[in-house]
Amino acid sequence: MTLALYVPRGTVVHRTPAGWKLLALAGLSVLVFAVPTLPVVCGALGAVVVVGLVVARLPAAVLLRQTRAVRWMLVAIFILHAVLTDVLTGTLTVLRLLALVLAAAVVTATTRVTAMVAVVERICRPLEWVGVRPARIGLVIAMALRFIPLIAERADRIRDAQAARGGSVRGLRGLRTTVVPLLVQVLQLAHTVSEALDARGADDVPLRRRDPRAT
Amino acid sequence: MKTKDLAYIALFAAITAVLGLVPAIQVGPVPITAQTLGVMLAGAVLGARRGFLSQLLFLVLVAIGLPLLASGTGGLAVFAGPTAGYLISWPIAAFVVGWLTERFWARYNLAWGVLANVVGGILVIYAIGVPVLAAMANLSPRAAIVSGALPFLIGDGIKAVLAAVIAVQVRRSYPVIERPQRAVALK
Repeated sequence: MTLALYVPRGTVVHRTPAGWKLLALAGLSVLVFAVPTLPVVCGALGAVVVVGLVVARLPAAVLLRQTRAVRWMLVAIFILHAVLTDVLTGTLTVLRLLALVLAAAVVTATTRVTAMVAVVERICRPLEWVGVRPARIGLVIAMALRFIPLIAERADRIRDAQAARGGSVRGLRGLRTTVVPLLVQVLQLAHTVSEALDARGADDVPLRRRDPRAT
Repeated sequence: MKTKDLAYIALFAAITAVLGLVPAIQVGPVPITAQTLGVMLAGAVLGARRGFLSQLLFLVLVAIGLPLLASGTGGLAVFAGPTAGYLISWPIAAFVVGWLTERFWARYNLAWGVLANVVGGILVIYAIGVPVLAAMANLSPRAAIVSGALPFLIGDGIKAVLAAVIAVQVRRSYPVIERPQRAVALK
């Protein structure tokens, strides 16, 4: 399971801090919605493609994959517009969405997940005032990432166990014989993990971080 | 919030991610996915607060660049696309499902479960997803409803019933939502 969309390269775009890239992305989306004219939208789209392929040296496949994922959406939107409003609005809308999707794909492909987690923690820092501990956000992200393959593995195991007993694993009965046991198992597992974390002092994380370099 | 709650939150974010392995069916601009089942389950099993946070965490995982959505996509791109509203509605939907489930908790059964899932997991998602679709794709409200809500009603109805069946069973064997405060105080 390849679990990241990051493409390692040593370019300027990669070195730009994640926070700045996110701000630029937000700025771009404000621009193309505030000034929805063909030159502006085409210019934005062109600039994004140049930054992505030339400056950040991303393989075209990275951008094509994101485009492929939204192609039917864009086709459907274009057809709806061609029928209901006019072709120009359809073109403009599709190009605008394409520019935003590609820009976001460039940010994602040039920024490490860890850098993004750091931005999330920084954004959440004001929440300390309402009792949220930003350091625990990293913990909960790490737990979720570990649980994903674990759930898939447990699901396989339960399905095998039921099949070995000749039980049904499909339909509404399958729901009772596989999905419910799976949920109960992983709930118990989550509880066990939390007890193990508490036993190792996960609950003692100070509310205000003392050393800003420590994560 | 205890470590246990964090683990449950991480778990249901992961469950919504795993449901993304079920392939999506593309109908017009918005795909049909199994992932809204995860949204309903998060609310129905964890309750409002933890359900909300679990789906918010899922969106954070998607936003920081993990391809966890049913179409195999992820990253910030999906929040710039026409279906962004549906995604953003998930934590709120889980909250509403959870809030209603907590209200119904003492007499929770299939019927109350379906009601909570339909209101939170269908109405709330459409109420946020459809207007955002209309704005992002420049569609009239009518066209947005026809392309962004009607094709999903049957599938979402089935998911609401499935989630309720599962939630009733889980409530019986491993209840996570605690009893109302008064009952605890009496102990």
